[in-house]
Amino acid sequence: MSDWLSAEEWTAVRLSLLVATTAMVASLPFGIAIAWLLARGRFWGKSLLDAVVHLPLILPPVVTGYLLLIGFGRRGPIGQWLYDWFGIVLSFRWTGAALACAVMGFPLLVRAIRLSIEAVDRKLEDAAGTLGASPAWVFLTVTLPLCLPGILAGMILCFAKAMGEFGATITFVSNIPGETQTLPSAIYTFTQVPNGDAGALRLTLISIAISVAALFASEVLARVIGKRIAVE
Amino acid sequence: MTNAIEIAVSHQLGAFALAADFTSNGRLTALFGRSGSGKTSLVNIIAGLIRPQRGRIAIDGQVLLDSERGIFVPKHKRRIGYVFQEARLFPHLTVRQNLLYGQWFAPKTDTVGSEIADVLDLLGIGHLLHRHPGRLSGGEKQRVAIGRALLAKPRLLLMDEPLASLDEARKAEILPYIERLRDAFGIPIVYVSHSVAEVARLASNLVVLDQGSVIASGSTIDLMSRPDVPLLSAAPEAGSVLDARILRHEPEHGLSVLETQAGQVQVPHRAQPPGSQLRVRILASDVLISLQPLQGISALNVLSGTIAEIGARRSGGSALEIGIDCNGASLLARLTSKSAAHLGLKPGQSVYAVVKSVSIDGQ
Repeated sequence: MSDWLSAEEWTAVRLSLLVATTAMVASLPFGIAIAWLLARGRFWGKSLLDAVVHLPLILPPVVTGYLLLIGFGRRGPIGQWLYDWFGIVLSFRWTGAALACAVMGFPLLVRAIRLSIEAVDRKLEDAAGTLGASPAWVFLTVTLPLCLPGILAGMILCFAKAMGEFGATITFVSNIPGETQTLPSAIYTFTQVPNGDAGALRLTLISIAISVAALFASEVLARVIGKRIAVE
Repeated sequence: MTNAIEIAVSHQLGAFALAADFTSNGRLTALFGRSGSGKTSLVNIIAGLIRPQRGRIAIDGQVLLDSERGIFVPKHKRRIGYVFQEARLFPHLTVRQNLLYGQWFAPKTDTVGSEIADVLDLLGIGHLLHRHPGRLSGGEKQRVAIGRALLAKPRLLLMDEPLASLDEARKAEILPYIERLRDAFGIPIVYVSHSVAEVARLASNLVVLDQGSVIASGSTIDLMSRPDVPLLSAAPEAGSVLDARILRHEPEHGLSVLETQAGQVQVPHRAQPPGSQLRVRILASDVLISLQPLQGISALNVLSGTIAEIGARRSGGSALEIGIDCNGASLLARLTSKSAAHLGLKPGQSVYAVVKSVSIDGQ
């Protein structure tokens, strides 16, 4: 493969996969928690939380990226705190790209999981309770397994969004080859230089292949899980 | 002696007020009433799925709810088994995993293996262990649900119309399992039903609910033969229940002779040996009343007694129920009010009850 792709192109592909996977995995626990709160919680400010979660879906990506830059940059309030306490730097690093992708994919993740939690039959949870399971056990042994298809769908959507994320990433962490230059940024760079068409096309094909493979994998997994939890 | 089940709760659900107060020591206490009378709300309160506004619940002396002392034991700490109307098996687990679900949380004992074997044996579900709930019939699902509740080692078992979603054949399939469960396990059962026939067959004690209130409670045998509980006596299948013992068989006629407190009755041949205990049920509509001993009639069973109570004719109906005291046992008879007036029946009068047929509950 490395004969076909140049070293820079190959780096961009690997970096994109790393960034998208990190974004998907790291946002999953938060996604489940927020989805649970939105599906089952009754608290003041629930619609506000819902709106904030959905904000990246409706804001221009550049705006989201700029907000991240203000908040998570080295001089930003959160960025400074992360650096002082944990030595974590996000701006102009691949971890920052992962954060930008996670934020952009988060509404899709939460939405899919929330819908599947809302679809779980509360009566089954009551039955588990009468059998002696505490609310935490009910969640782990009944709710979560029954939501698995929704969680999976959310993860795939989040991954696909992360693979294609461009605006927020380039605004927040720029376009540094080897550090923050993901597939879309690399394609964009190719289109800006003379004779870059061939490279742009190669990366476009790879981008399509990865997306289709992810979609296919989710279909297969969903079918396997769906068969196991055949609804009565 | 304290009662196994002590319940006194009141709860307002929108326009519906539930105020139920009863105690029971029976092996199987039936909550009987029409749909909408509050039966399911009451068992949900006992299970801890609904927190009532006021009340006290104690099972075997253990207080699970006492609103005055601020006690509310959450559902997963109550150890009250619940068999729902729809089986509510976990679709993502096999039958075996469903059955064992409650054992993770139940107090540990060293007899786990034999308990599982006993329950599988009692319910006849050993061959289903590796299936998923989606592949079970309605009756099988309900048996697995009963087994799952039992294996969580409950101190009380609630059954909310477990037969309601099944057809007649499936009901007949499950009823013997519930009888065996009642007799073989020492767990008190609260059984919700709106079927007089089911209650007469299964219940040792009866709590009659109407519009959220308990209108009668006591032993099934007493309540079933009282003409003043219209919910029971006015039902088409109303009838009295008597404890009986097989006295002897008459193979030449294919009959068995039973001894009851009310006198001897003859029934179609029973397989059990003489001395076996049974429960017989005599439908009110199968009882005729005569003022003189009858000669030359085909009915085999004639019991003598005195009229204890005469019920009121229901508005819009022609019939009324009469309670007859036969040697201390009560028998319920249904006549038209015209015949009752014609015979001039009044309490204390000696009469003969002619029983056309006797149905038998029990093995």
